[in-house]
Amino acid sequence: MVHFKINNIDVTCDDNTTILEAARKNHIDIPTLCNYPDLEIKSECRVCVVEINGQKRLFTSCSTAAKEGMIIQTNSPRVLNARKTIIELILANHDANCAVCPKNLNCELQALANKLGIDENRFPTVLEVKPIDNHNPVLIRNINRCIKCGRCIDVCNNVQAMGVLDVMGRSNTIEITPAFGKYLSDEFCVFCGQCASVCPVGAIIERDDTDQVWEAINNPNFHVIVQVAPAVRVSLGEELGMEPGSIVTEKVIAALKYLGFDAVYDTDFAADLTIMEEGTELIGRIMNGGTLPMMTSCCPGWISYAEQKYPEILDHISTCKSPQQMFGTLAKSYYAEKTSLDAKNIFVVSIMPCTAKKYEAQRIEMSIDNVNPDVDVVLTTRELGKMIRQMGINFENIKEMPFDLPFGITTGAAAIFGATGGVMEAALRSVYEIVNEKELTDLNFKSVRGLEGLKEAEVELGGQLVKVAVAHTLGNAKIMCEQVKAGTSPYTFIEIMCCPGGCIGGGGQPYGTTKEVRQKRMDAIYQVDESMTIRKSHKNPDILALYKDYLEKPNSQKAHHLLHTHYHSRNK
Amino acid sequence: MIQMKMITNRFGKINPLSIDSYINLDGYKGLKKALSIHPTKIIDEIEKSKIRGRGGAGFPTHIKVRALSKQLGGKFIVCNADEGEPGNFKDRSILENDPHAVVEGMIILAYATGASKGYIYIRGEYQNAIKIMKATIKAAEEKKLLGDKILNKSFSFKIEIRSGAGSYVCGEEFSLIESIEGKPGRSRTKPPFPTEKGIHDLPTLINNVETFANFPHIILMGGEEFAKIGTPSSTGTKLISLSGNVKNKGLYEVPFGTSIRDVIFKLGKGVKNNRKIKMVQLGGASGPLIPEYMLDMSIDFDRFENFDSKTGTGAIIVIDDRFDLFDVLLINMKFFVHQSCGKCAPCREGHVQIVNLLNKFINHRATEKDLMSIENLANVIQQTSLCGLGQTSMTSIISSLRYFRDDYLSKVRY
Repeated sequence: MVHFKINNIDVTCDDNTTILEAARKNHIDIPTLCNYPDLEIKSECRVCVVEINGQKRLFTSCSTAAKEGMIIQTNSPRVLNARKTIIELILANHDANCAVCPKNLNCELQALANKLGIDENRFPTVLEVKPIDNHNPVLIRNINRCIKCGRCIDVCNNVQAMGVLDVMGRSNTIEITPAFGKYLSDEFCVFCGQCASVCPVGAIIERDDTDQVWEAINNPNFHVIVQVAPAVRVSLGEELGMEPGSIVTEKVIAALKYLGFDAVYDTDFAADLTIMEEGTELIGRIMNGGTLPMMTSCCPGWISYAEQKYPEILDHISTCKSPQQMFGTLAKSYYAEKTSLDAKNIFVVSIMPCTAKKYEAQRIEMSIDNVNPDVDVVLTTRELGKMIRQMGINFENIKEMPFDLPFGITTGAAAIFGATGGVMEAALRSVYEIVNEKELTDLNFKSVRGLEGLKEAEVELGGQLVKVAVAHTLGNAKIMCEQVKAGTSPYTFIEIMCCPGGCIGGGGQPYGTTKEVRQKRMDAIYQVDESMTIRKSHKNPDILALYKDYLEKPNSQKAHHLLHTHYHSRNK
Repeated sequence: MIQMKMITNRFGKINPLSIDSYINLDGYKGLKKALSIHPTKIIDEIEKSKIRGRGGAGFPTHIKVRALSKQLGGKFIVCNADEGEPGNFKDRSILENDPHAVVEGMIILAYATGASKGYIYIRGEYQNAIKIMKATIKAAEEKKLLGDKILNKSFSFKIEIRSGAGSYVCGEEFSLIESIEGKPGRSRTKPPFPTEKGIHDLPTLINNVETFANFPHIILMGGEEFAKIGTPSSTGTKLISLSGNVKNKGLYEVPFGTSIRDVIFKLGKGVKNNRKIKMVQLGGASGPLIPEYMLDMSIDFDRFENFDSKTGTGAIIVIDDRFDLFDVLLINMKFFVHQSCGKCAPCREGHVQIVNLLNKFINHRATEKDLMSIENLANVIQQTSLCGLGQTSMTSIISSLRYFRDDYLSKVRY
């Protein structure tokens, strides 16, 4: 334990606690910029400097441990002046057209400038405007806004083990960029969007597709339908000012109706369908000596990663399309038939917690007529929030509405797809009962839940114990892939999600996603599961009706044609 | 006798490429003596010698050495020969004239601390020194002075040469470590310090070329005897790189405590054409600018601490009255704009604004507000930057605002 003073307040904390942590625990605010709760300490922006008695220099509170007897001032004139000067310097090399920036009012630099009372910059701009990288369908990098805090590099290298971004050059002309200043699309980028999620300013941002959606809604020739992913119902409220983890399922539906969509459906329905197809595939592989372990295929970031970095293990990945794409295919086949609409006039929009879904929807395999994409436009949670704000909807108080038919009934198993371990748990609930021909006594597979990076469980299937594993973040996926590649994987079934926490921590989720926030969203997801009448996909009567009516049976020829896909090596 | 030849004693007397000519002039005697002493005793001798780092900061060497010796497992010793500070050429002179002295110092320190691997990080522009050091290491290996079982003792030490692409900041310890690891030269967050987590996260001790060249002498004469040279706070001798508008430019070795005036006038024979001295820059581009009346100051780390800077490299750049203060400042600051690594905000964005402000003074467009701005900005860069570059680059601005304030005021428009 160390004892010291911050702003004349006596403070006690554990050894090796940073001054910043100690201050925050004692409700003393020290502003930060490059610091991000889940990432490494970088001490690059130097905004969090404090004065330590007896020291000539100022010290960054994020990286300096509190020591016995220190006397610290966090707000002395010298400190306040230094912070202000540093922010002015950063602003002088920043495209500060705030009113026309997508991060307006969500920008940490803007907020900090406001907080520090900057109403005039003593330094002239030195910004040399450089071209914008908008050469991919997902992420736009505007380096003129970049403040070189290094968060994106950290998340890309250390969390996702991708290493797409790094610093190039030196001094005030450094750029954070893919190697040799190439475009993101030239590199191994999987478009997970974690960089956009942690960027404090508007330097990396998802491509805004809301205009396309407005156009479709306002086009009388289009029947515009929308699907909502499981993770969105526990995060959209947060985007619109509610507490993290607020469950807003029926409010989302109502808001979407208000925006003018012709019908609002639930991706959860397609998630139940995924369990039927993927579960049946897994049972088939186990029974018929197929390639094992089988790996999940719901996450487009993970699929891109495998195609680029581990083409030799593509056989291990389930051939099932993701729930988003299963829904898209059904919308343009089954749904078109049922409603007697021309598939060409059905415009499918997805609301996803994810940026990589924008890429997935544009894959050439994801089109049943080989012309139009099955899912026409993908919007992130943040983009939907923007549309709702544009329409002036009072989201918190909107009158709730139910999902439309025919994809109306969904299960708790589908809801938990939004959290890491959810797909595994949903699959186990069904596979266990189908293979063992007996009912589960406890539906909750707690060992695959939670924010730990790698989780495993054992399940009895047909008289033998099988091991399953769950990994999230590409850093952890890499560990699983290396085992599979080496033939040493002890598992039968592996779930992989690209983003930390699974889709609840997706790259398209509201800004400010931290471990704490992820936990709240995750708790909400399991709360949704608990509240459902049906919690197993194979007990969903609408799913059973769909098979009877249209798809025959799981893994039938028709199901294969519509709901399965294949992967290609993209090793550059 | 102002000069005292210890480190430079063999300069010109030996063939630097011949290990035998080095051995004939007491070469590797210090090492042989060291190997007969217990390692902790060597560190005790270093402590008694009171030697301080010759790279500029003047940090007491024994503290770093002892810190490294206490670390278990793999560790590294690095000789910092990235002499990039403008106006300095002492390290190159040692490498090119007495290369084995550096190697001998490194082996002694490796033995004292239990390190088995060393690097000499030589500035990319020093191609000749790199060639000489490669040959030196090879010659030492052939004589069993480097490699496995040195002089038949159960002690092994290997040295590799590394070199950057000429970036100034790679002389800063963490940037140097990053560069050795094959990464761009950019500093790291401190703590942990290099002696805790350095190259590949293993404990690493970095010393300057001149510091290493001192170790054989400390061992041979004993720490107490060494401490009698110089002043109580700065022991031993200092190599001085004397340049600028002096008659006899060059490298000189003097005991600490010698006055700057004596170096300029007795060794350098005064200013060319007997012009007046306008200012003297100490240490290099990151050192202070002092007026003529301060030249009686003695060369001593404690005196230099007043300037918060790397004054201790030993460079003395004499600038006569034909030159304007702002010419010098602009050259210095443009240098730092180019050399900042770009990692931390004040250094990355600050230097270019300092240049903007200097140009206002040069063009007689500066106001009183600009004077306040440059003073404020220089202090913020110095006080908040991540590494030694930004922490020292402002010394010439800050010292000139103290000693040459009239030069600023004469350019201010009211």
